Amino acid sequence: MKTHELASCLPQFVITMYATEIPESLYNRIVARIRERNFNSVTDYASYVLREKLVMEEEASKPTFFKEEEIKTRLRDLGYL
Amino acid sequence: MVPPHGGKLVDRTVPFDKKEQKIREAASLAQIEVSSGLARDLENIAYGVLSPLEGFLCQDDYQSVLRNKRLTSDLVWTIPILLDTSKDNLKNVKEGDLVALVDAARLPFATLHVEEIYAFNKKELAERVYGTTEQAHPGVAKTFAMGDCLIGGKINLIEPLFDEFQRYELKPVETRVLFKEKGWRTIVGFQTRNIPHLGHEYVQKTALTFVDGLFVNPVIGKKKRGDFKDEVILDAYTTLLKSYYLKDRTVLAILRTEMRYAGPREAIFHAIIRKNFGCTHFVVGRDHAGVGNYYPPYAAQQIFDEFPDLRIIPLFFTAFFYCKKCESVVNEKICPHDAQYRIDFSGTQLRGKLSTSEALPKELIRPEVAEVLRKHKDPFVE
Repeated sequence: MKTHELASCLPQFVITMYATEIPESLYNRIVARIRERNFNSVTDYASYVLREKLVMEEEASKPTFFKEEEIKTRLRDLGYL
Repeated sequence: MVPPHGGKLVDRTVPFDKKEQKIREAASLAQIEVSSGLARDLENIAYGVLSPLEGFLCQDDYQSVLRNKRLTSDLVWTIPILLDTSKDNLKNVKEGDLVALVDAARLPFATLHVEEIYAFNKKELAERVYGTTEQAHPGVAKTFAMGDCLIGGKINLIEPLFDEFQRYELKPVETRVLFKEKGWRTIVGFQTRNIPHLGHEYVQKTALTFVDGLFVNPVIGKKKRGDFKDEVILDAYTTLLKSYYLKDRTVLAILRTEMRYAGPREAIFHAIIRKNFGCTHFVVGRDHAGVGNYYPPYAAQQIFDEFPDLRIIPLFFTAFFYCKKCESVVNEKICPHDAQYRIDFSGTQLRGKLSTSEALPKELIRPEVAEVLRKHKDPFVE
């Protein structure tokens, strides 16, 4: 099977994209940066950075499973749960 | 869940299995004694209540907070969290040292990496934070009583402080789990340093109508003369919540800190703290964190316009009162009747009635709460 035939057999994932606005100065800085790195567009770069930032924040705020169980025990002992 | 301020919930506590070793190490370090108020600030830093702070402010951040109401990272921060001491206490301490912080009994409870030792201008601090240099203002008086040197640097909490109200003390990491377990996505924080009257109940329940949960978070710690004592506030709130609030919709936990009475700046500070606890909304009433007539009545609401990037939604309330015509608690936006029909929720009036044997009007305070107040022989801070 040729590559293009294989591709046509694979499920097609459609990603809905939304436009957002950023200040011109920030846009220009990103343009300068993506030239030095392997990003195709400002959108690619912004998506990458935001995804990284979100994961970092979500992980940082999440107690480990073990700690969460400990916390729930204390909350139950105190009558909060 | 709303991210903590700065994106990361700080944890500067020494793990249980390393505590003994750290206590031994601390015993051999130079020591700096800190007041109980500073110790509470330190504990709040360690538990992430003051995220993203990991220690006491160094000079750049201090100046930035004073002048821009932001940290050098550009993150909103309005109250400088400072460790002050006298020159005498720093004889054996220099920048780069690790020192032990000790309580009044000279027991080490934390360590501090001394990043910077610097002088500061007390008058400028008072003017910028409190908007006045009058020593009648309790925050200003405290500022002028500070030591002449500030120490900036990261801390580590070895030993939690004693807390007689520990049963009501929750850390941000705990409230965040609690809110999640309760299935709350939107939570309104309510700051108080007072006993609850019907005006507070009206505000809390109005706010709760629009969100999933209410987080009642009284400030427990040193207050000014004439304020209600901590145990009275807690007794009154537990009684009120038991009789008049849905358990599944309300959480009561204390905030261990000292009131600064910095009005508008402190309102932002209080909002940041509640954001760290996991609140999405925060109630700001008339003269929030004010004292005397130092701040215009709604300055603590107007200051929120300066910080569109705060990421917690303030809910503003105007003054409320009981209207005999409406026969309910109302505010000036919804009540059309003359002032003659109003009964104001005046703390002074309540205090006056409590100091005599006069009955507390049921239009102002729930009978169950009034009974609690009567049980405490001496309900006020001396």
